[in-house]
Amino acid sequence: MITQLTYIAAGALFILSLRWMNSPVSARRGVAAGIAAMVLAVGGTILSPSVDRYAVIAAAMILGTLVGVPLAAVPITAVPQRTALSHAFGALAAALVGVGKYFTFSSSELTPFITGAIVFEVILGFVTFTGSIIAALKLQEVISGRPVTYPGQNFVNLSVLGGAVILGALLVLDPSQSWMFIGIILLALLFGIMLVMPIGGADMPTVISLLNSYAGLSAVAMGFVLNNHLLIIAGALDGASGLILSIIMCKAMNRSFTNVLFGAFGQAAKAQTGVEGPKTHRSVTAEDAAEYLKEAERVVIVPGYGMAVAQAQHKVRELYDNLTKRGIDVKFAIHPVAGRMPGHMNVLLAEADIPYDQLIEMDEINPEMPQVDIAIVIGANDVVNPAAKTNPGSPIYGMPVIEVDKARQIIFLKRGLATGFAGVENELFFNSKTMMLFGSAKETVGQLAAELKKN
Amino acid sequence: MNEFFVSGLMVFMLSTFVGLDVIKKVSPLLHTPLMSLTNAISAICIIGAILVAGSAHHPSKIGTILGAIAVFCSMTNIVSGFLITDRMLKMFKKRKAVEGEKA
Repeated sequence: MITQLTYIAAGALFILSLRWMNSPVSARRGVAAGIAAMVLAVGGTILSPSVDRYAVIAAAMILGTLVGVPLAAVPITAVPQRTALSHAFGALAAALVGVGKYFTFSSSELTPFITGAIVFEVILGFVTFTGSIIAALKLQEVISGRPVTYPGQNFVNLSVLGGAVILGALLVLDPSQSWMFIGIILLALLFGIMLVMPIGGADMPTVISLLNSYAGLSAVAMGFVLNNHLLIIAGALDGASGLILSIIMCKAMNRSFTNVLFGAFGQAAKAQTGVEGPKTHRSVTAEDAAEYLKEAERVVIVPGYGMAVAQAQHKVRELYDNLTKRGIDVKFAIHPVAGRMPGHMNVLLAEADIPYDQLIEMDEINPEMPQVDIAIVIGANDVVNPAAKTNPGSPIYGMPVIEVDKARQIIFLKRGLATGFAGVENELFFNSKTMMLFGSAKETVGQLAAELKKN
Repeated sequence: MNEFFVSGLMVFMLSTFVGLDVIKKVSPLLHTPLMSLTNAISAICIIGAILVAGSAHHPSKIGTILGAIAVFCSMTNIVSGFLITDRMLKMFKKRKAVEGEKA
């Protein structure tokens, strides 16, 4: 009874926890509510009469804490990898509980319903486990972030998943066939690897969100196995969150789920570049660019993954400070898929102490772009490419972009004229309003900041 | 049809709608902390893990071992998830707060 009451309180607190995330002002209260909910849930479970072997449980919890604390102290640039890794941990936990249940339940307890829920939990759990490990390795660049593809890939992938599902259906009919259960586990592990291998770096925001959703759904399945409503509530909240984030990410790239998962972007999409003929670009030095900036009144900075790679966010802060000191209005334009996970740019800039009220979403900043004197693009490319609006032949056609081409002038900070992730050339480089400032973002931003400091 | 299945499905349906509604209102500024927070919340699996590891009804070695590993994995997520979310949220400051700090 006490257990049930703590679960009701925990469920309410989990909902409040997410609710308070609606604004940076109340968000930390949300974390406190989440912690309170978790303490109640764990406390209530331990008090339940069906639990003993406290020593084992306590030891596992202490070990988990010892690993968890350093994992929370990673540099902010490593947050995408950490997130992927923790999806893997969470999914593994769900899957192992499912396996444990299968092997400890007596045959009379393995009703078709319970068996079905266990199969669902185990497939989701193990797919998410290996999928997230691959995602984490790609983000950490232990393995290449490029899509790995081969002919007939989708057919092979779907056959592996189909095999697991068919074995699952057969197991529901005859739960005693434990070899089928082992087969399901192996196929699910394999499918997770094969699902994420073909996905490239720029699609990571969607994939991480999707894996987040799967981790939640495997908790829901666990709730059905264990007759536990709290697991269903918390799992559903997590599943909903991952789903919404994936939808936002897909919309921001104008692509469908199936296209992200099975499209292997960046491979086939080389062909149409739009305008033909010789093109010239205007390259400037940091000194020249700074002179233009001194004349500006309104500046918008568009950060991209290149800023994160170069770890240039603190230099960007210096640039922001020196521009603001000159009375120049500086805003940051944030594209939803800039970076490697949802909200990546916001966290990096917040880490560099840039006030969050200067971080403006794409939809809000676009109408203001024609009044902007200079747009500074730092390590972004596809998310500002006007071909998305003008060139129906372009692979990124239809994707919403930050309209820097409407600003009076554009300064592009880039390593070279290379194409972005989508393999599409950016005609902005050759626009007469564009100045190209070549070099590593960290250095060029630093030079700009230093020039602006001088009189 | 199992009776819990129906009530469970009802709870799932309602929580999904609540979740969709609540999450839609989360500021895009905070999408990264949101994900690490939901990470910690989905570690609610720990209660299933405790029930399997410490099951008084089904004492078995394999259950205890798998359950204990699952408790360990979930606990890792709970601790690191909440800690890093709070750490990130502390960094989000308003313009006035940032300037106040510099002064």
